[in-house]
Order: sequence, then structure tokens, then C-alpha cells
Amino acid sequence: MPKITYVSHDGVRRTIDLKEGLSVMEGAIHNSVPGIDAECGGACACATCHVLVDREWTDKVGPPSDMERNMLQFASEVGPTSRLSCQIRATKELDGLVVHTPTSQQSAF
Amino acid sequence: MSVVIVGGGHGGASVAMELRRNGYSEPITIVGDEAVLPYQRPPLSKAWLKGEVDESGLTLRPLQWYVANNVTLRLGTRVQSIDRDRRCVTLADGATLQFSSLVIATGARARCLTMPGANLDGILMLRTMLDADRLKQSMRAGANIVIVGGGYVGLETAASARALGANVTVVEREARVLARVACMPLSKFFTEVHVSHAATFELNASVVRFVGDTHVRGIELADGRILSCDAAVVGVGAIPNDELAQACGIACADGIVVDAHARTSDPHVFAIGDVTRRPLERYDRQVRLESVPNALEQAKHAAAAICGTAVPPAEVPWFWSDQYDLKLQIAGLAFDCQEIVVRGDMATRKFSLFHLKGDVVEAVEAVNAPVDFMFGKGLIARRLPIVKEKLADAAVPIRETLA
Repeated sequence: MPKITYVSHDGVRRTIDLKEGLSVMEGAIHNSVPGIDAECGGACACATCHVLVDREWTDKVGPPSDMERNMLQFASEVGPTSRLSCQIRATKELDGLVVHTPTSQQSAF
Repeated sequence: MSVVIVGGGHGGASVAMELRRNGYSEPITIVGDEAVLPYQRPPLSKAWLKGEVDESGLTLRPLQWYVANNVTLRLGTRVQSIDRDRRCVTLADGATLQFSSLVIATGARARCLTMPGANLDGILMLRTMLDADRLKQSMRAGANIVIVGGGYVGLETAASARALGANVTVVEREARVLARVACMPLSKFFTEVHVSHAATFELNASVVRFVGDTHVRGIELADGRILSCDAAVVGVGAIPNDELAQACGIACADGIVVDAHARTSDPHVFAIGDVTRRPLERYDRQVRLESVPNALEQAKHAAAAICGTAVPPAEVPWFWSDQYDLKLQIAGLAFDCQEIVVRGDMATRKFSLFHLKGDVVEAVEAVNAPVDFMFGKGLIARRLPIVKEKLADAAVPIRETLA
């Protein structure tokens, strides 16, 4: 199973095994990784599962869809590698993926 | 010291998570009448019916989470009564559980119809995973499904049934679908979308009888016509499960009455989610909201009150619905609004409807327009006035519509 590492805003690293096909958001929720709220359960409807993809991985993860990019405008601490983790699915190619969780999932107006 | 949570749905599990997140270290017990781990209900009428997600995809937390966090699950059983003086609950099997704080998260149940034939086999509801499984079995390609009730459950079920190739007729008592929960233009829009997917509507139509010997074969309308069907789905609203609270003297009024921090008339008893009638300061009224975000907001408030931690910020109520390729997101409630501003072209299926009181947005209904939804939610919370002409012009970036 692909391994996914979540790095919290204060530097704590947590690595989990994520079944292929499940989302990086689901991996965090199922393993109680803090820093991801995911209020809508993965419907790309709330922007509370924002992560910053580690720069080493941005090419493999790819860019957000238009709708996701639009939703990201409302996440806090957004950077050039921001994604909604409900929209990133685990694949063999993403084995070892590192994502950073922001301080807060509060929406930025 | 311990917390007992009555109800193992999304709300009940969320209280446990929030308590642990806030550092609560005493025992927590969740009592739930369904025999499965707490799960998300919204996908039942959508991804679950269409077979796009399995049980593990709906489960909120795996069993290990409850074990690791010292949260005891008593599933497949019910709380029979609450003794507020002795601060304990009695379960169906006679066991008693002591609590220092109690959280009632019993949700709501699907309203049943009572006309002749309403007990026939093949008349289905949609509330639980078991309900959804039964429904799934009926939704074969070519099957004739009649859906009674044109609310969210009815329309989402209709969209899933069409996706699976079943024939669908929606029977609605009112003159339009979503009559209780959406504005006229949005009702019309959704009707047209469903018609374009070959769903049929009977509006202003009431069911007088279900026809069949043991299994439903049709429904009879007030005008005498009989619509034949292989299965019928009834989605005509929900009733709050507030009987336990009523029986122990906690104030109820079509739902358990709670304050802004989810506290009931008993300071040791909290209630959250669909079962509550709660104040909404932004709208200066008491409402009963049936939505996941509402239950999550109240879960945070109840947990903060129990732990004595900082009061979480008030949220604007919001809702979502997925039908076909449409994502509907609604923020706020359109009480006493004077005007609807349409942003975008409804014909492109990407637009939003802003409900205004003066030049302040009270609610927004956004279809495939998440930016309008998110920005609208912020406008509603802050009561920021907008310029109508700019808001109505989708070429003006939404951030530049402020007055």
C-alpha cells in the first residue's frame, strides 16, 4: 500500500498506509491525523481538507481541477502547491507522498 | 466523570471526536441503535445507491479509533430512559450507565405515510444503510420506481435511479419540488434538469392509496389515476426523535430546545443535530436544521461546554446536494427576503441565486458555483452590503461586488 506522510504545522510527521483509490483526506480521517477537518466528507464542497503538497511531489500529484482551484481560494495559508486532500487519490506512483497540513482549516474570506 | 452520548450517527460520533480533541480524558460511551460503526448518511442517496462507495468509505472512524481513544461503543441497542436526578440512562437490555454530562444525538426518523396500503412490501424509506441496501436492490435498469416526495431525498434518489437506468416518477403534493427548502426559480431549474434526464413529475398530486396484494404494484392518485411501479420510495420529511427527552421532562418543541451552546433545559444534558430546535443568532429565530454541518457545529459547542474550553465561532448554516453532474450548495436561510439576484446564466447550469434583504445577502443557492457559495457564506456571516448590479454580472469578480 502507498505510504503517505502528513507533516503538521509544528513539524510532527505521521506516516500511514493508504489503500489505493482512497483519498489523502480519507487516510487522515481514518488514522486520526489532526489538521484536516473534511466537513463535507469528500464532496469538494467545503475546503476544510486543505494540504500543501511537498515540492518534491507536486509534479506527480498534478494540479487541482478548476472547481478545486476555485475552492482553494477560500482555504487559509494557501501556497503554490495547495490541494484539497479529498481530491488526491492514492496510487502506486504516490507511494511516499508527503503533504503539509496548515495551522487551521478555517475558511479565509 | 463520564460522558454518555445517545445516538451513534454523524453527530454522536463527532461529539466524541471533539471531546478528545479538546483534551477530555474521562470515559465516553456512545449508544447507537444501528449495529454498525457511525457513518456518513449523505452519500446513501447518492454514491452508495450507485455503488460507487462501500461501507468502509462511509464509516467516520475505524474501530481502532474508538479503542485507542477509550470511547466505548454500545451498538445495536437503545437508551430506554433517562433519569436526570440520578444522572443515568437505562438501556434496552436493562444495563444502566452513569453520566456527568449527557449528549442526545438521536437524530430524526423518516416520516411514514398512513394511507391504505402503506405497509405493503416494496414501499421503502431512506434513512439508514439498511434502508439504502433495500432500495439498491429495487433499482435495477428498467424497473419502475415511484418516489413520493420531491425534497432532497426524493430528488437525489431520483437522480441515482436514473443513473442506474430505472424509470422514475416523482409525486409531489406541492406545486413545485423542493418547496420547503429552495426558492421558486431553483425548483423550476431542478425539475427541468430531471426532466432532461427522463424523470417524470406529478406535481400538485397526492397519493390516496398504495395498490398491491403483498407487494406494491402501484400508487393511486387523488384524481383516480394509478401509476404502476415495482417499488415506491417515500421521502416526505423527518420527525425529530425527541421522545426520550420529552419523557424525562426536558423542554421540547418539535425537537429538543437547546441554546447556542447545545445545552438543553437541563444543564447536564446537551443535544445536537437533527433532533434539536436551536437558536440562530444571525436570523434571530429558533430553527430545526437537518444537515451534517449543523450537527458538527453543535458537536463542537457541546464538547467545548463540557470541557470548559473556548466557545467555537458561530457558523452560517449550509447544505449541499449532488444530483447528476450538479453540485448544489446553499448557505444561509432566506427568511423575509425581498429580492433574488441571479448571478450567471441558469441555462449553462453554473449559476447562483442570492437572496437579499435590502443590499445584504441572507442566503445563497449556488449550482456548480463553489466560489459564489464560499464568498456568499462569508457575506452572510458578516452582513456586508453588496452592489446588486455588480453581483448580477458574473463578469465582475465576486470579491469586487462589495459596496
